[in-house]
Parts: sequence; C-alpha cells; structure tokens
Amino acid sequence: MSIVSASLDHAGGPDGALNGDALNADARREARGLFALLSPGLFLVFAVIIVPIGWLFWLSLFDESGQLSAANYARFFEQASYIKTFVTTFKVAFIVTGACVLFGYPLAYMLSQLPRRAASICLIFVILPFWTSVLVRTYAWLVILQRKGLVNTWLMDLGVIGQPLPLANNFAGVVIGMTHIMLPFLVLPLYASMKTIDVDCLRAGMNLGASPAATFRQIFFPLSLPGLASGVVIVFVLCLGFFVTPALMGGGKVIMWAMRMEQTTSLYSNWGAGAALGVVLLAVTLALLGLFHWLLGARATGVWSRR
Amino acid sequence: MTKRLCIHGLVAAGLLASVAVPASAADTITVASWGGTYQEAETKAFFDPTAKDLGITIKQDTTNGLDDVRLQVTGNAVKWDITELGADECARGSKEGLFEKLDYNVIDKSGINPKLVHDDWVGISYTSVVLIYRTDVFGDKGPKTWADFWDVQKFPGRRALSGSQATETLSVAALAKGIPIDKVYPVDIDGALQSVDKVKGHIDAWWTSGAQAMQLVKDGEVDMASIWNGRAGTLKKSGAPVSFSFDQGVLTADCMVIPKGSKNKDIAMKALAKFVSPDLQANLPLYVDNGPANEKAFETGKIPPERIKDINSAPENVKKQVLQDPAFWRDTLVEATEKFNNLIQQ
Repeated sequence: MSIVSASLDHAGGPDGALNGDALNADARREARGLFALLSPGLFLVFAVIIVPIGWLFWLSLFDESGQLSAANYARFFEQASYIKTFVTTFKVAFIVTGACVLFGYPLAYMLSQLPRRAASICLIFVILPFWTSVLVRTYAWLVILQRKGLVNTWLMDLGVIGQPLPLANNFAGVVIGMTHIMLPFLVLPLYASMKTIDVDCLRAGMNLGASPAATFRQIFFPLSLPGLASGVVIVFVLCLGFFVTPALMGGGKVIMWAMRMEQTTSLYSNWGAGAALGVVLLAVTLALLGLFHWLLGARATGVWSRR
Repeated sequence: MTKRLCIHGLVAAGLLASVAVPASAADTITVASWGGTYQEAETKAFFDPTAKDLGITIKQDTTNGLDDVRLQVTGNAVKWDITELGADECARGSKEGLFEKLDYNVIDKSGINPKLVHDDWVGISYTSVVLIYRTDVFGDKGPKTWADFWDVQKFPGRRALSGSQATETLSVAALAKGIPIDKVYPVDIDGALQSVDKVKGHIDAWWTSGAQAMQLVKDGEVDMASIWNGRAGTLKKSGAPVSFSFDQGVLTADCMVIPKGSKNKDIAMKALAKFVSPDLQANLPLYVDNGPANEKAFETGKIPPERIKDINSAPENVKKQVLQDPAFWRDTLVEATEKFNNLIQQ
C-alpha cells in the first residue's frame, strides 16, 4: 500500500531521482515490516529444525571415545550392509512412488471429473484410511497377504494357485503395504491441482478438433504435472524415512534406512553413529529435491513454451 | 555453632524418624520395565508388595532399553529410579558408566548367579530362547534340537529366527554346529556366522520383536522358529498347535539398575533389595513364564511343585540350557552385530 501511495504522490513528478529514492525507502520499510512479521516463524524454524540438525551433524563427527573422527561415516563403506540398506531404501521409494502414480493418477483424474457431491463421497474413501493408524493398516495387510491369509486362501480354494504366493514378509509385501499408505499423499495434491485446470482450455481444444485422447495428452496432462510433481515429491521423501510398514511387512529381509537408524542408535554408545545416518539421508534427500526442482523447472518451461 | 547443632539435631531426628516409622508415603520412586503382560506380572510380584512393605509409592513407566537410559543420563534428565534392561545392555551401560553403584549391604545377593551380580547391576529374571514348531505340520516329530532346525532336508518347512537379537541367533547357531551347551561360551563368532550362513537361504523371516515372532508362528507363516519362552507359553495356552521345550534353550537374563543421577537412590536401593529377595522373586512365576533370577525362590515353598518344571530358571531346566554371558557380549556385541547384519542382508 505504501508503495502505491508513494508512487501516486510522485507520479509524473519532475524530480525522477527523488521519486526513486522515496520508492526505494518505502520498499525497504515494507521489507523490514514483512521480516518482522515473519520473524516468529523464522525463529521457530531455526530453533526446532536448523539448530537440532546442526547439532546432529556436530554429533556425527565424534566417535565412541568422544574424539573427532570420520568413523561414523567410514562405517558405511566398511560394512556392506549399510550400502545394501541404502540401495534398498531408494529401490523401495522409487517403486512405491511409481506404483502410487500408476494407481493414484487415474483415481485423481476420475475424482476430478465426477460431480462435486460424488467426488466428495469418493474422497472420503481416500481419506478414511488416512486417519487409521499405520500400524493397524499394516497388520491388516499382513492378515490379507500372508501364507495362510485371505488372498492365498481364496486363490487356493478357487484352484487358481497350487502353492501360496509369497506376498508378505518380503519385498512385495513392503511395496504393497507402503503403496496403500502413501496413496492419499499423492492423490490429494494431484486432485487439488486437477480441479484448478480450466475446463475452457479443454473445451477450446475439443473445439479446435482435438480428439478426447489428444486433449488429455496435450492439455490436461501437462497442466496436471505441477500437482503430480508435488505428490511425487511428498511420497518419495516420506518413503525414504518410512519405518513401521517395512519393519512388519519385510520379514526382516527388507531393511530400510530408518530401521537401520534405530538399530545403530541402540547398538553404539555414541549418538554420532545414528546421527551420521540421519545426516546422510538428509543430504541425499535434499540433493534429490534439488534435482527434482531443476528437472521440473525445465519441464514447466517446456509446457509454457509449447503453449 | 548453634546452627550446626541445629542441623545435627535435624539429621538425627530425620534418621530416628526413618528408623522408627516406615518411610512416608510421600516417598515415590519410578520404575521402568518392558510393559505388557511382563510388567503387569512384575507389578503383582514385585512392585505392589514392595510399595506396601516400604510404605512408598512406586510409579511405573516403560522403557525401550539402554538408549533410553543413555539419553536420560547423558542429557541430565534422569526420571527413573530403577529400570530393567537386558543383561548385555547392563554390561554395556556399566562400561559407559551410566548406573549408580549398588550397595550389597542393602541388597542380599545370595542365590543369584554371580555372573549376574555386579557393582552397578543385578539380575532380576530369566527369559529363554527356545525352539518352537507347529504340531499340525510335524506332529510330535518336529525339530527338537538346533541341528534339526538347521537340517532342511529332514525337516522341510518355513523358518524364522531373530534378526534383531544377534546374540541369541549366534548362540543357537553355535548349538546347531553341535557344540555342547557348556562350550558355547565364549562364542566362536566367525564359526557361528558360518553356521548362520548355512541356514540363511531357508529363513523366511527374521523377526525383530517378540510379538512378531509369536504372530509368525500363530498364523502359520512359519512352521518353526526361535522364540522367547514367554511368548511360546502364551501361544500354547491360547490353544495354538505348537510344541517347545527347554532343551538347548538359551537363557538370557534381565537385570535392574539405578540410573546415574537418580534422585531417590536410597529408596530405590531398598526397593531393589526387595525385588531380588527370594520371597518376592518366588511370586514372579505365579504370573508369567519368566523365571526368577534368585534360585532361592524355589526353596520358599511358594511355587507349586507342578509349576516348577515349567519354569525356565528351575535348577532342572537350567541344566538343559546355555546361559548367555553378558560380559562376553559387552565386548563383542557391536562387531558381531555388524557382521551378522552384513550376512543376513546379503
């Protein structure tokens, strides 16, 4: 507001330099005001996120005898299981994110096309499991998927299979359980962004002779990409730090990074051992987020130029 | 001078008071254990009778183990006066200096295995790692020894072992090689790892909690497993078709400590003395399958003779089992666990 009034006062005035100075002063004052408003939030973020993470990093530099050392990081290369855990973690995160996109995109698309009332009812079904404890849902999957669980019993009774399928206590079980838990995190932002897509754009496309498939491919899909991207990022990052479901569904054969942190924290007497795992995960996650950002930035520009 | 006299007087009065009448009910200590049915049993066996006897209030909390104690002690925020741990955790925590010294003038250690009596920790109860198998799969001809468990030709079927307790799995792996129970300790770690390597490909689940082990067996996800005797007993009582025995079991002790910096150290010491006394120790197997650490409990006459044969720490059963050595694992746990993890995650 102050900028507006300042520019009005001096608009078209003969003294251009004076005008500019006043504008700049106003802008600075406004920036200061905004910063003052932001500062409680910034302080909170600093106190509860930046400081502890800094501390974690600091702790990770000390070995069990309290000496400054790289032992906590060297361990990742000395012990084969850490690399294996790291690879497993990313493998699970990639596959689960992929599965979520595969199931979530059509679901969000359907929801966005339904009349508002029907969509709200369907959305409740998406959100409802979201409110149930992860532990409960994971155990439910165990009941469904294990050797003598519902799926295997039914399929065997129907004669579809002769031997129970290995669905629980392995990689498949982890992926199934986690996909179910992660799905709402993809569907909700995607649905929100699909709802904002201007129907007139689609109509215009059709009007100009595009087939429904072409309209979807050339107009709807590119416009839904920002929503998809935020969903993918949320799911992927959450997957990287997931604990409960892999711990229960993996049968001890799928060890993810968070499980390793828990193990390491109780195994070693220095907090640094576990802290180093946290630092590595954070660094890699940030690097990946940066990569996503860069890729999507390029993608978004592509969309704009095509338009 | 008068001030000092006055203080002396107060102290004397305080001492007199503490001798003359039981400590006031305002004296409160907090005891942490593992929760669940085990802690309920401890409440009935140890905590309630002690609170009544000493006229104190015992508050309870649950622990996740050594890292909780480490967090409280190193963070100068000790909220527990007594906490239970696994014996190897006690041995490690002792090395790190996390506990208060125990006063064996207050605590009577007679009847407790000397391996579980230390400057700053003392044994409280026993759990056994046993071999359980499903009788609907094997009848009564299931695997009886760890060598049987390792024999995938003779006993085909799905298997589970502990993936979180490397100490226990390495102990049974040593037994599977045919090492007699009195020669298992000190464990030849590389030999035990080779033994694990042999069976590794046939393990369908590496369990990480007692509840998980129980669920795997109960739902028939596996046909045989290593499991804690308390969980095995619960399964059997619930009518599940399972069989287990203490033959070649691995006896692991639990212990209690007073975390360094406890504000009620003296009362905690008295309470701990009660917990390990034969009289209260004899209560424990009346409520739960974890055996007493004090073998004098079996001489109190409180435990019915027909119950004694089912208790893992009864002298007859102790002879059949390996006693896990906490001092051994204090020094080897980290290295052994890392190697074990490398192996089972290959």
